Amino acid sequence: MLGPGLYNYWMVIVLMMMGLYVLMAKGNMVKKVIGLNIFQVSVIMFYVTMAKVRGGTAPILVPGDAGEVLYSNPVPHVLMLTAIVVGIANTALALSLVVRIHEEFGSIEEDEVQKMEDHV
Amino acid sequence: MLNLVDVLLFFFLAVTALGLVRLRDLFAATMLLSLFSLLSAGLFIVMDAVDVAITEAAVGAGISTMLLLATLAITKRREKAPRREVELVPLMVVLVVGGALVWGTLEMPEYGDPDAPSQTSPMTRHFLEKSRDEVGAPNIVTSILASYRGYDTFGEATVIFTAAVGALMLLGGRRPKDARLTGSVLQPHNRQSLAGAGADEMQPKELHLNRILEVATKSLVPFIMMFGLYVQFHGDYGPGGGFQAGVIFATGVALYALVFGLTPAQRVLPPRLLEALLALGVFLFGAIGLWTMVLGGNFLEYGVLSDGPLHGQHLGILLVELAVGITVAAVMLALFFLFAGRGFCGPQRKR
Repeated sequence: MLGPGLYNYWMVIVLMMMGLYVLMAKGNMVKKVIGLNIFQVSVIMFYVTMAKVRGGTAPILVPGDAGEVLYSNPVPHVLMLTAIVVGIANTALALSLVVRIHEEFGSIEEDEVQKMEDHV
Repeated sequence: MLNLVDVLLFFFLAVTALGLVRLRDLFAATMLLSLFSLLSAGLFIVMDAVDVAITEAAVGAGISTMLLLATLAITKRREKAPRREVELVPLMVVLVVGGALVWGTLEMPEYGDPDAPSQTSPMTRHFLEKSRDEVGAPNIVTSILASYRGYDTFGEATVIFTAAVGALMLLGGRRPKDARLTGSVLQPHNRQSLAGAGADEMQPKELHLNRILEVATKSLVPFIMMFGLYVQFHGDYGPGGGFQAGVIFATGVALYALVFGLTPAQRVLPPRLLEALLALGVFLFGAIGLWTMVLGGNFLEYGVLSDGPLHGQHLGILLVELAVGITVAAVMLALFFLFAGRGFCGPQRKR
């Protein structure tokens, strides 16, 4: 089954892993949120890739179609559409936490904040 | 089964993501993230997910960029220099996890395979073949979102409502005095915080730049609003709906606030009103569900709302999309005002 047919999935995994790397390796909290965003977009892309049908079109009914038009799968689209909006709401929540941390500690670097925590 | 656009867009995405990993200037990273979202929206269109593409473009390139910029203005613009260029342990973890995932994809059906399990599942077939007669909206995504899976969408609306309440509780309380964004970001004292120390050199050109942006914004905002309304009310015929429209509408107001300042924007939409609208949308959604129960149907069974089931479905979808649109627009704007009002030039800001 090895072949170009899996190219999309592999690129999605490459993107996902870059997001994961940022999440783990970077200490800056805004950078972490950016990493989370990369990860999120790649997961969404994974689902949308699964929905695509070769030769299909967007899942909007063509007038007068009696079953001869091929549509891509609309279910993953619905799930991902809401996931994007929920994702931005969560990003906002994360960023507001970052802002509060900056107000308390004067820093958004993980190690600096941790050091200050230890001193208290 | 590959096409060139697909390959190229993925390549650009990978390069952008690599840039995001390496960049230490967070302002540049934010701009790059915006580009990343726009590229992925293009890819979604290639893969037939038009509704997802509109949402990603409006959310990723619009609202999320604004929120990140506002956060950077309050906190710090540069990331601290890392101890090592490449962290070995995370790199190992990423390689192992990535390898395992690639191994997992070997059993996946090929891209675009019409016989893949997700394509042949009875549920997918039902939505594709029956939605025209059962719901009547040409856009199947809207049919599923608002009607078949209306209960789930109600949950999503509640989730963003809850996230906004959480952010409001974290940041909405004691606001630092005189830290509001009173004028435009482009005015010298405000711009300083965004552009950093280099802003002073740009003083002479200030006036022209401002004027161009003001005129451009003034002529753009009405069209953004109108497009938002179109996406809202045309959601059952073409790509669009409450989620996308709400974000587009909020982007229009936020653009106005960025150029003309927070105060004039808040005169139109005061925070109190936004907080009320935020709850109103979710309330309206739930109320429609309860109303269909009063009329003898199930929760969110729109068929009973009117004489004919299809007509009832149409009315129900319109109302529910409106409820979602109100919630999303109010949440996005409340969040933007929250971050902007926190002070683009707060006194506690250290550099």
